[in-house]
Amino acid sequence: MQYEPIIGMEVHAELLTASKMFCGCDAHIFGAPPNTHVCPVCLGLPGVLPVINRKAVEYTLMAGLALHCQIAEFSVFARKNYTYPDLPKGYQISQYELPLCRDGWLDVEVDGQSRRIGITRAHLEEDTAKLFHAGGYSLVDFNRAGVPLLEIVSEPDIRSPEEARQYLIRLQQILRYLGVSSADMEKGAMRCEANVSLRPVGSTALGTKVEVKNLNSFRSVKLALEYEIERQARVLEAGGTVEQVTMGWDEVHNRTVVQRSKEYADDYRYFPEPDLPPLEISREWVAEIRSRLPELPEAKRARFIADYGLDAQQAEVLVQERAVADYFEEAVAAYGGAARAVAPWISGELFRLLRAQGLEMAEVPVPAKALADLLILIDEGKITSGTGKQVLAQMFASGRSAAEIVEAEGLAQVSDAATLEAAVRKVLAAYPDEVAKYREGKSQIIGWLMGQVMRETKGKANPQLVRELLERQLRQC
Amino acid sequence: MTLTLRDVEHIADLARLALTAEEKERFREQLSAILDYAASLQRLDISDIPPTATVLPLRNVMREDVARPSLPPEDVLANAPDTAEGCFRVRAILE
Ligand SMILES: [Zn+2]
Repeated sequence: MQYEPIIGMEVHAELLTASKMFCGCDAHIFGAPPNTHVCPVCLGLPGVLPVINRKAVEYTLMAGLALHCQIAEFSVFARKNYTYPDLPKGYQISQYELPLCRDGWLDVEVDGQSRRIGITRAHLEEDTAKLFHAGGYSLVDFNRAGVPLLEIVSEPDIRSPEEARQYLIRLQQILRYLGVSSADMEKGAMRCEANVSLRPVGSTALGTKVEVKNLNSFRSVKLALEYEIERQARVLEAGGTVEQVTMGWDEVHNRTVVQRSKEYADDYRYFPEPDLPPLEISREWVAEIRSRLPELPEAKRARFIADYGLDAQQAEVLVQERAVADYFEEAVAAYGGAARAVAPWISGELFRLLRAQGLEMAEVPVPAKALADLLILIDEGKITSGTGKQVLAQMFASGRSAAEIVEAEGLAQVSDAATLEAAVRKVLAAYPDEVAKYREGKSQIIGWLMGQVMRETKGKANPQLVRELLERQLRQC
Repeated sequence: MTLTLRDVEHIADLARLALTAEEKERFREQLSAILDYAASLQRLDISDIPPTATVLPLRNVMREDVARPSLPPEDVLANAPDTAEGCFRVRAILE
């Protein structure tokens, strides 16, 4: 039988606030010694009360608006009760019946096909402590406890592991564009879980849902879902039934393993948090936040295609990161020529140099204006495009301008007819066999001969001139 | 309302409490009595009263996002029954 996977995603993203969700502890905890960012509130000591961080609410509303959600007029925090050492209070302050945002959507694209994934809700809660398991005991570091956490729950609208991966990539892009979360999966700033079930194609009945946790990278998400779909299909094929369990993805062995069975089904006894008065989100506040939203990747992609004449793939690469998109636009403005000529220099050469150095776009040592100046030198015929690549590498390494490097290294394009003619003559004399082949009609060999002339001139020869000279001399002799 | 032994076992499990058979029976009776008492609220007609999350006349109590110093680490761990490596030490958690 042919089965169809039904996938829903639950994503948690740490918000980039200065302080924690309900207390003033510094929320930048990455790398801090254990239990140095804690206070009586986030430790759950008696006699203290939480107070809502306005910025965290604002960031959640920004994310909700970017995901086309309805923003609640009345929203309430709730206690989620469970007993585990990562919770100092014995409950997590979260949201239940009245989340800040609900009923949104996000479009994802797979193989050129766009699909709309519903967003059930986006709410605010506090992160939990970190546990380190050592032999015979566990250690608890409460630094992370109380860091604001945005939870985004999708509808079970996702139909393939690749679609799930794309959903996460788009979500990460949006959170980063908004500047509300680093959404860095490696650092645990974005974590996700998936619900997956199978049903026979054409059926509308829902199968038994299996929850898969511990998906710490885009790759893990895809691999774990592929594995789990196959596992469930095998169970169903064999006439068995899928058990309702929580699985964890084992990155080392690339398989899902049972973490909890149904007997321990969650029973969180949610109730409204009595320590926190409800929120009334005024429409003025929502409008004000909406007016401050940056242009999002989707809109930027469309604009890059329409305004700059980029193709869809070029636009996609350039809008992945806001810093890249901004760099591109700045370079285009300084360049003044065709934007299409700028795009490959960024997505090709510049990305390669960044990757080689392990740098982010925000750390690029070549300003956009300097890249534009380089492209202008090429357009003016001062250097060849091949030399331009060398020059860019040197700009990257030294921070010098293109003109300085060309001058200092003697890289200017050679258009002097006498010099080039001598080089052409030398090459033709050195390769009589190839010359003979050309005359026999293998005219494409001129490309190879050109390469030899370029090598002879260390890549600086004006290629158009070389071609002309080659053709003329080949005709003559 | 009468709780079953299974209910008590479930609640004890959620609270990570190990109860003896005698305790289970005792808590079954006590918890049932508490629920019966709370159930007297069911006699009120609240069909015209909207649900509420709070009885306080407060809304939108928020603070600005400003970090302030945390507790000194020695104070943080002062009341901990057991510590190691700057952390609270607890019994092994089975994953
Ligand atoms: Zn704190």
